[in-house]
Amino acid sequence: MRNDLNALLEGLHNRDARSIARAISLVENDHEAAEVILTSLDQQNVRSSQVLGITGSPGVGKSTLTSSLVRHLRSQGKRVGIVAVDPSSSITGGALLGDRVRMMGHALDSDVVVRSMATRGRLGGLCAAAGAAVRIMAASGCSPVIIETVGVGQSEMDIIRLADLTLMVLAPGLGDEIQAMKAGILEVADLLVVNKTDCVGAETLSMDLEAALRGRKNACQSRVFKTVATTGQGIDELAIAIDELDAICRSSGEHDRRRHSSLELEIVDWAVELLKPRLLAELQETAYPAEPRQTARKLLARLCPLMIDT
Amino acid sequence: MHNNDSPFRVLIGKPGLDGHDRGAKFIARALRDDGFEVIYTGIRRTPEEIVAAAIQEDVAAIGLSSLSGAHLRLFPAVVEALRKAGVNDIAVLGGGVIPEEDIRQLKEAGIAEVFTPGTPLEVILEAFRNACRQHREIHQP
Repeated sequence: MRNDLNALLEGLHNRDARSIARAISLVENDHEAAEVILTSLDQQNVRSSQVLGITGSPGVGKSTLTSSLVRHLRSQGKRVGIVAVDPSSSITGGALLGDRVRMMGHALDSDVVVRSMATRGRLGGLCAAAGAAVRIMAASGCSPVIIETVGVGQSEMDIIRLADLTLMVLAPGLGDEIQAMKAGILEVADLLVVNKTDCVGAETLSMDLEAALRGRKNACQSRVFKTVATTGQGIDELAIAIDELDAICRSSGEHDRRRHSSLELEIVDWAVELLKPRLLAELQETAYPAEPRQTARKLLARLCPLMIDT
Repeated sequence: MHNNDSPFRVLIGKPGLDGHDRGAKFIARALRDDGFEVIYTGIRRTPEEIVAAAIQEDVAAIGLSSLSGAHLRLFPAVVEALRKAGVNDIAVLGGGVIPEEDIRQLKEAGIAEVFTPGTPLEVILEAFRNACRQHREIHQP
């Protein structure tokens, strides 16, 4: 195991695809080697890399847009990472991870690192796992690292908080502007993208969104970007805007603020994740007839006596 | 900690020009419903693309589907692409419209299991579970 681990760390250092994949698995499964792996990463690369979130309803074209964006980024010689998150079944725990179907054009490019990740019904822990995957990719020289996730559900929204910048993708035909005005949709996004602009209704949707964005603080953020991801139309403009906004955020301190808050989120997520098995074990030992909240406090008091003033 | 009950990861792919993906999708759904994490690559992939994806996704097994008659060429090509990439711990399983007399040849070429239209689903699922258990034994002693 020791030798295996050394070989793995060596492989990570050399950007070896298998080592990167293996490292993500070990961390995702909370293997005992996780800590050594994560602490040995090139922190300079992790800090300097750009982390993009791409979110939106199922079927708006997130994966196709990602793939199209990757093509553009590759033409600039950038090494790109993609963490594609899809939901697990809450019944069986299984998942069908299909984001790769749209990205297979890059399959033979060793500078496009793709990893599909299932939510695994985790209440927490998903940010921890996805955050670690982002870090491992960033350390291996990927910038940007793109986190792609369906923008429904709390855990998916939390993952987006790991990103430095978030793109919200919409498409015509999925509801009127009232849908877009619902809490959380516009406010989570730094850049709004209307994809499938070759389809009926795209113009109306774009105009409605532009109206909703009026009064936003900077030019990139109050624009609606129009793309046809399948043909690459509008992608260059979008990529330029991403870099512009990234530069603005870095110079204004917003970037550091976001990194800081995403770090907090990851730490808390890891803490809960590491505590969970201990709590469950402790629960097996305890008779717990009491009210759940009370029992929870007693459990915590026993496990972390410093923490609770019972 | 809880690394031994994490879900098995497999990849389902269709090599070659055959676009009949009903079987591949059926198996992908069945595996999902059995608790697997299934990475689906879609149709018309080269053996090298399938192998590159399998490596990045760190899967324990690759399931291939072919309904076009090209299995004798394409399935061993995936095994060969794995070998070239230095991978010896990912099992390759295959299914489709495959004549009885081809099965031995495929197994000799390194395909772990071959399924035909008559194979019961549970047999297929168990074969994938087995491949994943073996993979886990290698990596988590």
